[in-house]
Amino acid sequence: MAAPPLPPPDPQFVLRGAQSAVHALHFCEGAQGQGRPLLLSGSLRGLVHIWSLQTRRVVATLDGHGGQCVTWLQTLPQGPQLLSQGRDLKLCVWDLAEGRNAVVDSVLLESVGFCRGSVLAGGLQRWMLAVPGRGSDEVQILEMPSKTSVCSLKPEAQARPGMPMCLQLWQADSSPRPLLLAGYEDGSVALWDISSRKVCSRVACHTEPVMGLDFDSQEARGVSGSAEKTLAVWSLDEQQALQVRGTHVLTNPGIADVKIRPDRRILATAGWDHRVRVFHWRTMKPLAVLAFHSAIVHCMAFAADGLLATGSGDQRISVWSLYPCT
Amino acid sequence: MDPEVSAVRLTVWEAVHILSSSEDGGRIFCTLGSLKRYLGETENSALPEEQEEFARIHFSTFLRCLVGKLSPDWLELLPDGQMEELWASFFLEGPADQAFLVLMESIEGAASPSFRLMKMARLLARFLSVGRMAAVMEGQCRQQAGPAFPLLQETLLTKVVGLPDLLGNRLQRENLATFFPQNYFPLLGEEVLRVLQVVVDSLRGSQTPIFRSQILRLHHVQGHLSPGGLDCSVSFLSQVLGKACVHGRQKEVLGVLVPRLTVLTQGSCLWQRVCWCLVERVPDWAMEAVLKGFVEAAPGPEVLSRLLGNLVTKSKKAQFVMTRKLLFLQYSCTPRPVPPPGSPGRAGGVCLADGERTPALSQMPMLQSLLGYLAMDSQRRSLLMQALKELLETWGSSSAIRHVPLVQQCYVSKAILICLAHLGEAELRDNQDELLASLMEGVKSRLDSSLPPVRRLGMIVAEVASARIHPEGPPLKFQYEEDELTREMLALAMPQPTADSPSEAGPSFAPVSGETPDRETVDRSGPQVGPEGSDSELDSDDEFVPYDMSVDREQRSSKAPSYVRGCLEALTGSEDWERWEAALRALEGLIFRSPAATQEVSVELAKVLLHLEEKTAVAGFEGLRQRTLVAVTVTDPARVAEYLTAQFYALNYSLRQRMDILDVLTLAAQELSRPGRLGKAPQRGSPDPGSQPGGAVVPAWRAVVEERVRRKTRRFSKGSVGRAPAVGPNEFNSVAGYFFFPLLQHFDRPLVTFDLLGGDQLVLGRLAHTLGALMYLAVNTTVAVPMGKALLEFVWALRFHGDVYVRRGLLSAVSAVLLSVPAERLLADLLDELLEARSWLGDVAEKDPDEDCRLLAVKALLLLEKLRDKLLPLSSP
Repeated sequence: MAAPPLPPPDPQFVLRGAQSAVHALHFCEGAQGQGRPLLLSGSLRGLVHIWSLQTRRVVATLDGHGGQCVTWLQTLPQGPQLLSQGRDLKLCVWDLAEGRNAVVDSVLLESVGFCRGSVLAGGLQRWMLAVPGRGSDEVQILEMPSKTSVCSLKPEAQARPGMPMCLQLWQADSSPRPLLLAGYEDGSVALWDISSRKVCSRVACHTEPVMGLDFDSQEARGVSGSAEKTLAVWSLDEQQALQVRGTHVLTNPGIADVKIRPDRRILATAGWDHRVRVFHWRTMKPLAVLAFHSAIVHCMAFAADGLLATGSGDQRISVWSLYPCT
Repeated sequence: MDPEVSAVRLTVWEAVHILSSSEDGGRIFCTLGSLKRYLGETENSALPEEQEEFARIHFSTFLRCLVGKLSPDWLELLPDGQMEELWASFFLEGPADQAFLVLMESIEGAASPSFRLMKMARLLARFLSVGRMAAVMEGQCRQQAGPAFPLLQETLLTKVVGLPDLLGNRLQRENLATFFPQNYFPLLGEEVLRVLQVVVDSLRGSQTPIFRSQILRLHHVQGHLSPGGLDCSVSFLSQVLGKACVHGRQKEVLGVLVPRLTVLTQGSCLWQRVCWCLVERVPDWAMEAVLKGFVEAAPGPEVLSRLLGNLVTKSKKAQFVMTRKLLFLQYSCTPRPVPPPGSPGRAGGVCLADGERTPALSQMPMLQSLLGYLAMDSQRRSLLMQALKELLETWGSSSAIRHVPLVQQCYVSKAILICLAHLGEAELRDNQDELLASLMEGVKSRLDSSLPPVRRLGMIVAEVASARIHPEGPPLKFQYEEDELTREMLALAMPQPTADSPSEAGPSFAPVSGETPDRETVDRSGPQVGPEGSDSELDSDDEFVPYDMSVDREQRSSKAPSYVRGCLEALTGSEDWERWEAALRALEGLIFRSPAATQEVSVELAKVLLHLEEKTAVAGFEGLRQRTLVAVTVTDPARVAEYLTAQFYALNYSLRQRMDILDVLTLAAQELSRPGRLGKAPQRGSPDPGSQPGGAVVPAWRAVVEERVRRKTRRFSKGSVGRAPAVGPNEFNSVAGYFFFPLLQHFDRPLVTFDLLGGDQLVLGRLAHTLGALMYLAVNTTVAVPMGKALLEFVWALRFHGDVYVRRGLLSAVSAVLLSVPAERLLADLLDELLEARSWLGDVAEKDPDEDCRLLAVKALLLLEKLRDKLLPLSSP
């Protein structure tokens, strides 16, 4: 019959030297016209490391969060600007151009939760930032770089979804209205229309807090992972209504992060069971289980060329090249 | 009468006279032409009586005379080879048997090499090519008054079958291709078939009821001809067939005959009768060869049954051959015989009948045909039952298990399974007690064997046979790993539906065989073909072949202890099974990490591990426990080995535990004696092999670093640059005695529960292997010499042990001694033992029934030889 399955793949290389658990990863594309992108990692001890994928060494270390865990990293398309969110309730904006590494701005956050922010950088100069807000169940929308608070999205009183756990801002190609997908503590995923400050639709995907979600805006389909054993795939119909399409049961509970590769062909999940699972995004067929790390995998990032980086509590970042990108 | 007689005689005399004296071509031509009248081919042929007289009395004389005249000059007497043509025509058109005999005689008598010899050989080739051989045999079949000239027939028979030998001898390198056995015997087969055709035609030609009865008589009267106008006998053909088969030409002759007969006998009663008659008349001395050929060549039991009829019930010899010789004495168990090119119907037909059973059938066609044949007729079924009983008896005999090669045991087992598949429920029930008795005895003695294949045969046959013989009883179920052999055997046990004559599928062979690879490729390319089926998904995402995901298991939440003592507690006292398992998994790594802590509790730890039972279903429990025990032993060899060896001969242990002790000792000794062990030891303890990064990464940077070092370093001497092999003292040196000698001490003292020299021979065999391994690992140690001496004594005490596994162990132990003890010491201290061992090895190498034993003995002998060669140059000056 069929040939025996391929042995599980090995990472292409491993980055050591973060010296504490890795909680955030982000690929910074083509800075300084280099062939390979840079990889940014945020650690439990509050440092942001910038790794060169060419030499596989740390290029620079940024210390801006006073030893508190860095939970989110994001670069902005205009100029090499970096956002870093830390547990010190600060969101720093760094200028990385021409080898600089200075904090140019910072936003004070008012939530102590684990929720990572999200950015919608549509315009050239102005961009929108979503971060957890003052009230425990609020999401605050800011207009940057002016730091003007646009609005605060607060669910209706009877809904009680708990704290927001993960956010994703996006904008449909057809309409100018920015939308926000938010996963909540009660396991539901809600779609907010920011302009009207209304929940368009809300669907209960999990029974435990939603830990990570990602959305494929072209197919209007998204996936979310929670503290429980299942992965939920949901879709958005024409009337902006969310519907659960299916669930996928995993071997061990706990998903820290889910990411769809930019070419929308595979999906990876970071597991509390130290494993990274790779699925075929369209069919949700399991493709690989990467059992490399020896502690919880906290974060993942895909590069535009398909490279996958995973960061874990074992202080290592492993970089994988699976299923060539088209 | 007189005038006519003298007329023929006179003519012949005259002709002979002219031939011998005349040089005139025309005259000779006329004379010969006039004689041709008597051959009856021409228009003005002579009277029948004259013809007959000529043929009977004068023909061979005349031919001899013709042969005598043969010379280049004589043939030149007439132009254009007319003379030769005329000369040859007498041989080709006259009575075939006499012409043949004269031909053979003259070839035998001719000087070699000579013109005449070559001429005669060419003529003989022509004789064969125009089908005169059929005429020779037909003539014998048409003999009216029985074997009137037994001597003549005997001579003919010898000449017909011995033709290739004779020609080969006479012509040597000039031999013609026609006379090669591989060409001649198929031709002979064709000719036999033609004669059979003639016989059948002549029988069919007379539709009278009398003749019908004659056919029947032909069928019933053995070796005796019934008188009658058109009566025929096939007994000469049978003899030819028999003799050819005895000469070992079954494949060539029957390869032609059987497929044709298969077709011809289908639907023709007459052909079947003739065929049965043909086989029946085969003389007893040739019966075995012929039957074997038939069974091998027949594509299936139906065909065999059609060709042989109820031969086994009529001929004692045939019965003996079919039910005893082919089952018990001859085993031709080629694993995957290629169907001979002459019979394409075999594999193809079976394929067509049922694709799934194909492998089994194509592997055991002979047994299937044979036993299927026995099963097909009610008269023969009693023989099948008888055969099954005898097979079971042989299968179960403990002496046979010990002395019969494994291949034959396998053959017998398969025969049993096939028998069972053919026999019906009722038949089996009638003989239930007898069958069960011999089966059970066999199962017992097979399971006692220390050779795994023998045990496995026992298990498979026991499972199948008990289910068939005693269906109402509880089913037997054994654990054995599946492999090709077991699958094949289980497939044999499936009852065969009487196939709808698959054998005639010769023509359909090609498409079937052509399809099979197709199906395979389809299967193999399954994943690739997939996307074409689901046309909505046109992108090639399905190229994403999943990786192996077997590592994706449930994660244990329980925390493993972090100290050796903690593990010890968890393993002894804990009721928390997750913790227990985690402790077991963590222990090996802990032991390597903290040798000092381990040494404090080593014996205690060994005790706990040795007695550890698998309380929950822990994956890989045996391996874990063994590795951990090895780790303990390696960490504190002297004390733990002392403990373990003492426990080996202690009272209350299971065989499993005792064998575990032996395995652990071997593995620990191996680890201890590994050179360069110290540097690497903790590596083994790493719990997760997956945590090592890809193999390609490490060499890459190492190469870079080494390159850099090499460039920056100036070397003054060009020594070997490569890394030296890891060196270090053999750690086993100091402790080998603890491992070895206690094991030797008590083997001859039986305990209540443990008797090494009695029933527990499996452990004894393992012990012998372990001692050999320890001896081998003790190479370059000081204790090797006394160890060798003790081991040779041990071997000497057990050298005639009945169990194969034990003997193998002893033989490998001897080899280990030869390898490990330095040559000088061997000669100085162990000379007597060596000489004794040598004579024993010689015996084993020649006479042992087990192939592996013989091989091991030969290897040991070779080592001895090498030893002598090494010492000779030392002692010679």
